[in-house]
Amino acid sequence: MIEYLSAIVGMLILMLLVGLGRILLGPSTADRMLASQLFSTAGVSILILLAIIQNQSALINVALVLAVLAPLTLITFIRLRKKPL
Amino acid sequence: MSLLDVFTVIMTASGFFFFFAGSIGLLRFPDVFCRLHALTKADNLGLGLIVLGVLPQAASIFDALQITFIWLLIMVAGAVSCYLVANQAIETLSEDTVGQSDKINDLSMKKTTKPTINSSAGSTTNEF
Repeated sequence: MIEYLSAIVGMLILMLLVGLGRILLGPSTADRMLASQLFSTAGVSILILLAIIQNQSALINVALVLAVLAPLTLITFIRLRKKPL
Repeated sequence: MSLLDVFTVIMTASGFFFFFAGSIGLLRFPDVFCRLHALTKADNLGLGLIVLGVLPQAASIFDALQITFIWLLIMVAGAVSCYLVANQAIETLSEDTVGQSDKINDLSMKKTTKPTINSSAGSTTNEF
């Protein structure tokens, strides 16, 4: 089971690297922010899987912090793009 | 392997499949809205399936509750950020094409005033 979950984590990291190619390609800044959205979701799932694999509940708290902070980057991005505040 | 382990294997594998589909969609789809569609739906479903598969393996009931809470939080955050990015993309789109909403207004106004356009063709086009 642990080997299987580790393989899933490895494939998720590879998929994340492939998906981050959108940061290089993306024509608009919104596309690049979407890649960071992918990073947050995949990162949370990787952290949850790692918490199960290593049997460390603290990593679940790390995933929680990432899940809370990830939308804030996007909200800040949207607020900065609006011209008058 | 017990039955719960089989459940975990199936759920995490399908969750990874949806993650993979979302990331391929992010790379291959043509514009921002299609990419939003691929990312926010497929990725949240993939995370949900992985969380569902991991739940039987959790060390305590508190950990399982916390993982479920993280999943709900990600779903809400995904919906909000999808809305915000789509709104932003629509605004920049309309700025690029000299005001999409203004163009729609022009079209509707021209439709209502079509007889006058036909009767005096040269003058009305300068108004807009």
